[in-house]
Amino acid sequence: MTAGNISVSETPLVLYTLRRADDALILGHRLSEWCGHAPMLEEDMALANMGLDLLGQARELYSYAAKVEGRDNDEDKFAYLRDVRQYRNLLLLEQPNGDFARTMVRQFFYAAFADLYWRVMMRSTDATLAAIAAKSEKESAYHLRHSSEWIVRLGDGTEESHRRAQEAIDLLWAFTGEMFEVDDSERGLIDAGIAVDPAPLRAQWMKRITGVVAEATLTLPNNGWMQQGGRSGRHSEHLGHLLSELQSMPRTFPGATW
Amino acid sequence: MVAVLDDSDLRRRAWEAASTVVDPEIPVLTIADLGVLREVEVHDSRVEVAITPTYSGCPAMNMIALEIELALERAGIGRPTVRTVLSPAWTTDWMSEEGRNKLREYGIAPPQASGSRRALFGEQQVACPQCGSVNTEVLSEFGSTSCKALWRCKNCREPFDYFKCH
Ligand SMILES: [Zn+2]
Repeated sequence: MTAGNISVSETPLVLYTLRRADDALILGHRLSEWCGHAPMLEEDMALANMGLDLLGQARELYSYAAKVEGRDNDEDKFAYLRDVRQYRNLLLLEQPNGDFARTMVRQFFYAAFADLYWRVMMRSTDATLAAIAAKSEKESAYHLRHSSEWIVRLGDGTEESHRRAQEAIDLLWAFTGEMFEVDDSERGLIDAGIAVDPAPLRAQWMKRITGVVAEATLTLPNNGWMQQGGRSGRHSEHLGHLLSELQSMPRTFPGATW
Repeated sequence: MVAVLDDSDLRRRAWEAASTVVDPEIPVLTIADLGVLREVEVHDSRVEVAITPTYSGCPAMNMIALEIELALERAGIGRPTVRTVLSPAWTTDWMSEEGRNKLREYGIAPPQASGSRRALFGEQQVACPQCGSVNTEVLSEFGSTSCKALWRCKNCREPFDYFKCH
């Protein structure tokens, strides 16, 4: 016996909340994959700590989505019993860890965005989202500082670390545009002051990453064609592999407890 | 005859019992020292305890909630409802002066004012809890638990934990 998928009533607020929850869960899971494999003990702890922060954010967001939806879904069902096409995270965050440089570049691109995003969301007219943002913002500030320092160390380090960091930037750049996309479902929430409009954050985000990347003696690609699709469930093949690992226990042993 | 306690007395006793619960990861600090214990309310002789998480993913919260239930049971008050509140978000600024002193004696440098958190490339000055020297350096922003960073004293050469401001 295996557990099948749940169905979700994706009203705009449920969908909006699930998108942010999925971002946190998927990136948190990716960081947890480093546990026991990081290049040094301090980084093993750092990556696990950041993964834990993200998992905590995901739990709060999933619980809120369940409350808003008002059916019998809960945080575990959202995490374990939706398949790839039901996941709403950014494509950037499901990209494989690769080497340490690639993980740090992914982290840096996202943390620089999330830090701005949560700070605006603290003023949401939705009290729960504002409260979750107020906690998350404190965490993202550390994630940004950590990854910024690594971008500089790697870029301005050895020839080898510079090459790897630059390759990671070139590879992941095409996934950064999706962070600033807005669809009709979110537009209504933005107009109501509930959701954050990411478009005005783009210039600030660019300024932040440009400064760090320049200090790291690295370069950003020219804005080119950008990938998208994660927000509506069109994912890269990588997410399927991630979910099969994340979900294998509850799928195989439905309702198991220990 | 069962003596009927009035609500304010019950509330005070429940607060006292709940405030004996310690953080499982830093057992010298009570949840009252930390500012995690927010509120104790009594409605029709039913006790409700409100706590706030330190970090979003803090794994100690479930254990703290359980310990509160046990502490109130032991005090003869009965099982309370433990509620988690997210707003206002917990900050290290709520940590009591007594809590900071206990941390230092325990060998953990207490948190600085939360204003310093935003410095992108940290310009923090953290005093060594062993010798008091500020000739210290950060080894890792992330330590053995979510709330701690790992530092080293360049004066006495001892590594130490720093309770991060949040
Ligand atoms: Zn010292």
